[in-house]
Amino acid sequence: MSVRRLHADQPDSFAFSDENASWASGQIAKFPEGRQASAIIALLWQAQKQEGWLSEPAIRTIADMLDMPHIRAMEVATFYTMFNLSPVGEHFVQLCGTTPCWLRGADDLKSVCRNVIGEPGDITEDGKLSWLEVECLGACVNAPMVQINDDFYEDLTAASLEQLLQDLRDGKTVATGPQNSRHGSEPEGGLTVLKGEQ
Amino acid sequence: MLRDEDRIFKNIYGLGGADLTAAKARGDWDGTGELIKKGRDWVIDEVKASGLRGRGGAGFPTGLKWSFMPKENDGRPHYLVINADESEPGTCKDRDILRHEPHKLLEGCLLAGFAMGAHVCYIYVRGEFIREREALQRAVDEAYAAGLLGKDAAGSGWDYDIYVHHGAGAYICGEETALIESLEGKKGQPRLKPPFPANMGLYGCPTTVNNVESIAVAPTICRRSGAWFAGLGRDGNTGTKLFCISGHVNHPCNVEEEMGIALKELIEKHAGGVRGGWDNLLAVIPGGSSVPLLPKEICDTVLMDFDSLKEVQSGLGTAAVIVMDKSTDIIKAIARISHFYKHESCGQCTPCREGTGWMWRVLERMAAGQAQVKEIDMLLQVTKQIEGHTICALGDAAAWPVQGLIRHFRPLIEARLTQGPGHQEAAE
Repeated sequence: MSVRRLHADQPDSFAFSDENASWASGQIAKFPEGRQASAIIALLWQAQKQEGWLSEPAIRTIADMLDMPHIRAMEVATFYTMFNLSPVGEHFVQLCGTTPCWLRGADDLKSVCRNVIGEPGDITEDGKLSWLEVECLGACVNAPMVQINDDFYEDLTAASLEQLLQDLRDGKTVATGPQNSRHGSEPEGGLTVLKGEQ
Repeated sequence: MLRDEDRIFKNIYGLGGADLTAAKARGDWDGTGELIKKGRDWVIDEVKASGLRGRGGAGFPTGLKWSFMPKENDGRPHYLVINADESEPGTCKDRDILRHEPHKLLEGCLLAGFAMGAHVCYIYVRGEFIREREALQRAVDEAYAAGLLGKDAAGSGWDYDIYVHHGAGAYICGEETALIESLEGKKGQPRLKPPFPANMGLYGCPTTVNNVESIAVAPTICRRSGAWFAGLGRDGNTGTKLFCISGHVNHPCNVEEEMGIALKELIEKHAGGVRGGWDNLLAVIPGGSSVPLLPKEICDTVLMDFDSLKEVQSGLGTAAVIVMDKSTDIIKAIARISHFYKHESCGQCTPCREGTGWMWRVLERMAAGQAQVKEIDMLLQVTKQIEGHTICALGDAAAWPVQGLIRHFRPLIEARLTQGPGHQEAAE
């Protein structure tokens, strides 16, 4: 378990944009009558996308939308670690440090983050970057890797991560996925199976 | 080696398209309606005959699981829930199905849902797989537009809806009852069983939770016959399996192979061999972080299937092969796994909530050489007090890697504690 608390500095209110509000109704409609609480993760996630992080007013508003006691929504927000309970950088780096990535150099990537960004949770002065070490992100054959916002960046080295962070800071377009010659999870340097398929 | 024509996932690397047209060209959605018209029992019998065992880790026979759903509908809806909350360290096979072979999964959902009398299916994708979720949603939209889902799905006469849902970063939601709790909008804390989900699952209704890979192979089994699938591998360990080979190999990769392939052959043929050669191998975790590691002498000969790995006190798990060469600090590697379980414990059961953190702290000290030799037995004893004393298997999963370390590397730990850099401080 990790101890997760709400941020000390909270905004006064929260409201979904019109577009997000209608998107939310679509999510609620996926579930049977009376089971709208099922949509809570989706709605909290959308609120986080809209604001960059998840504030207490957002949690309360969503609880009301779903007819849930506030404490139940608060439980969900604090239980699931992808909810950022305090602000993060514009490019939020989640660095996988679990054994498969660790075996292939996750510690080197951590040093890069420390040098370029600072300690875990710190946001750079320009507001562009912050980072955290997270647990297995499920791209183990493309280790080491990080997730930045919605995308995975795989097969990294210290040098390629440093370049990537610089490019993001400079507002350049970056390639997602493996940062070497690979397309996906196939072995580097030539297929061993399904050679005739493509 | 498995022949290409017997591979189920022909686009696992995403080198071809993932769209409906490309999927159909690979044989997906071919006569699905006709398969369904053969009846519920036919589908279940075919899957039973295939010998398919669940691909999510536990290896429970899939056809048998489906048959636990009530035969008659008592007024409560039946649900199929797909566990796409793939987060076992080392495992990244379902990710490839979601993004590169989504139509296999959707067709499997329809067949499996029909076989258990369900009209609604929820696919619960782990929160971090945002692009994969988008790819899956695209496939769902395509299937609806083509009449393969919805009313009279694929011309079968069976109405079927699939909804894509997601989590938000909790490993424990891969446990089926925690997943159901999460899907109901709660914290993902496992439920006591019984009642089992087949009687009281989602919203108190009959529910079956299946892994992505288990469901995605079902259409091919129905089309090519259970006997075909059962002809691969060996008795009780049939079929093909997606293996994820990570860690200290020359070319880490995912690959679909026949069950029962030798571990050494798997690594050397597909992953370019161990870094520095086979003799540079220290140990392998053969089935994701939850299963005990195997030292090189066992890796030399062991076969990759449920029963062979059980015989050597490990397990096939999710078939995620994590390779560690001789440069690895094995104590640290397992300590990092213990940190994972400490982080992911849901906090419900005391032995797991407290024990995972305790094991992690002791292992960190051992890795630094700052523990006493007698603490090795104490650690082993604590793993035994966690194992089997929790509601779900996370407690077991946290205990097994530590037990494996002590079983095979006790002399190394002892040496670290008596000769290592930190032992002076511990003695004082």
